Amino acid sequence: MLDAAIIGAVLASVVAAATTLLLASLGELVAERAGTLNLGVEGMMIVGAAVGYATAYSSGSLLLGTLAAVLAGVVVSLVFAGLAVWLAANQVASGLATTILGLGVAGLIGSSFVGTRIDAAPALHLPVLTGLPIIGEAVFGQDAFVYASVLLLIAVTYGLARTRVGLVLRAVGENHAAAHALGHPVRKIRTLAIMFGGACAGLAGAHLSLAYTPFWASDMTAGRGWIALALVVFSAWRPLWLLAGAYLFGAVSILQLHVQGFGLGIPSQFLSSLPYLATIGALVVISALKHGQGAPASLGVPFVPDR
Amino acid sequence: MRKILSMAVAAATGFALMGGLPEAKAAEKLKAAWVYIGPVGDFGWTYQHDQGRKAVEKELGDKVETTYVENVPEGPDAERVIEQLARAGNKIIFTTSFGYMEPTLKVAKRHPKVFFEHATGYKRDKNMATYNAKFHEGRYVLGQIAAKMSKTGTVGYIASFPIPEVISGINSLMLGAQSINPDMKIKIVWVNSWFDPAKEADAAKALIDQGADVISQHTDSPAAMQAAEAGGAKAFGQASDMISFGPKAQLTSIVDNWAPYYIKRVKQALDGTWTSTDTWAGMKDGEVVMAPYTNMPDDVKKLAEETQAAITAGTLNPFKGPIYNQKGEMVVKEGEALPDKDILSMNWYVKGIDDKVPGQ
Repeated sequence: MLDAAIIGAVLASVVAAATTLLLASLGELVAERAGTLNLGVEGMMIVGAAVGYATAYSSGSLLLGTLAAVLAGVVVSLVFAGLAVWLAANQVASGLATTILGLGVAGLIGSSFVGTRIDAAPALHLPVLTGLPIIGEAVFGQDAFVYASVLLLIAVTYGLARTRVGLVLRAVGENHAAAHALGHPVRKIRTLAIMFGGACAGLAGAHLSLAYTPFWASDMTAGRGWIALALVVFSAWRPLWLLAGAYLFGAVSILQLHVQGFGLGIPSQFLSSLPYLATIGALVVISALKHGQGAPASLGVPFVPDR
Repeated sequence: MRKILSMAVAAATGFALMGGLPEAKAAEKLKAAWVYIGPVGDFGWTYQHDQGRKAVEKELGDKVETTYVENVPEGPDAERVIEQLARAGNKIIFTTSFGYMEPTLKVAKRHPKVFFEHATGYKRDKNMATYNAKFHEGRYVLGQIAAKMSKTGTVGYIASFPIPEVISGINSLMLGAQSINPDMKIKIVWVNSWFDPAKEADAAKALIDQGADVISQHTDSPAAMQAAEAGGAKAFGQASDMISFGPKAQLTSIVDNWAPYYIKRVKQALDGTWTSTDTWAGMKDGEVVMAPYTNMPDDVKKLAEETQAAITAGTLNPFKGPIYNQKGEMVVKEGEALPDKDILSMNWYVKGIDDKVPGQ
């Protein structure tokens, strides 16, 4: 029933499926560690997908498209930052508004590109390593987005835990009044963290529209931004658990399709809900075992500096 | 960036003109409205309905004024949108998703002078008609092509939800395939969504990895076609002609062509001959159209064209007996055909499908 070729192909699909989620949720994790809950991930992602596709299609350059997507994500994130950080508006409402705005703007930008296609971002085959059995294709035969997500994960993990910038960012997220008293520019730091989240979401959008399914269609993110958000919460705001969550979700969502193909007669509605159940289950167990940290203490609380 | 901004400004102005200013000519024109479940840019179900709306505008020119509302969720929101459209002076309103049935019916009772048209439903009223298309006719042709083209003898099927429309499509494809190769196998993957490009692509990849070399889909995006092209398989498009997404992969595509129906009904509303009807049109009426047969040898193409011609002429019915269910019991006798109502409520697989209908 299963041979090495199928397992290799499944693994490669799992890595690709997990990458979109990992990219988007890493950015959101940084924003939340700085104390801002940005529910606009889906909106930033879809605008990234639209602008990235439009740019790549018009210019013929995937690199330009990717850069444009990142920039577009940042621009949309600034809408949220303006509302939630500088006007101290309710973060939940601001984030939802950002998502709704993003979906609309993306549909408008993409409308003239419906029905067109581009060539997918190429897999960066490493000559000998890709030929390795089972893991070759999955580890060494992926596109640049996959490797970018791994590099980003390392950078975020190291940056948050081991650098001064990370320390300040976490301080702002835990207690913005204290950080302010120490002279840290709370709102500027939060804005930068939100912009980083926007860039990551834009990159995730580009992964969808330039590599995964290289075309544009409205609403093509189909809720992945919300899954990314949920993963951040369930990972207890830790990058490595986020990695585990994203890959688990990706793995179960690919495997359930294969199980259906074998015709075992398990109801597909149940199989379709499995990725969610498995991820919730696993992450609940992880966070129960380690009585790790909860949410950043200032998460979602608007900050107004007293003068 | 400047382009985007100017687009946004242009759009904002457009909205202001649409909603804000009274229109002088409005009284003379017939106002027609469409309610869509998805975005007009989905290149699938909603896209094709909107093509139909545009065809009405083109055909009837300044006699009509059309509007549409996209991304309307099924449920209370739909009722509010339909009510608003009725109050805004629309004379005929098309609601294009199954879940709009109850909301449309409710609003229709409140506005007896407005004509309502509900797609894919079964409840009607004096001023509420229903319409649908016999997509399963096209799927029978797909089945024959798949049986001819598949080297592994396995066709992959990406399905959305286990509702009669989808199940009858699977059965029709399988009956077509069995008419060529009685041992044809089918692998079915349900994605439980009408539109999720990445998931549809994953499903296509999974089916190809498992040995299906012809992929059929009952979901709306061209993602599966692209995945088939990348994976060296053949595939059938859905709703729109998807040849640009699979120049080497697409065999044909079942195209939903709502234009003839929409033009006919709006014309009837214009000249006062509109009556509440129940329309289930197919190839004969030009509502189910096959995209050009490509990437196949001439004899397969000839077979497909002959089958299409026979269905169009009414000499071939995909659900003509003898048809057996999975237990081997005869459901339709030799010489008889399954009545429309049984196709519209189908919840069982035909013999030869090695799987179970989900949830049963």
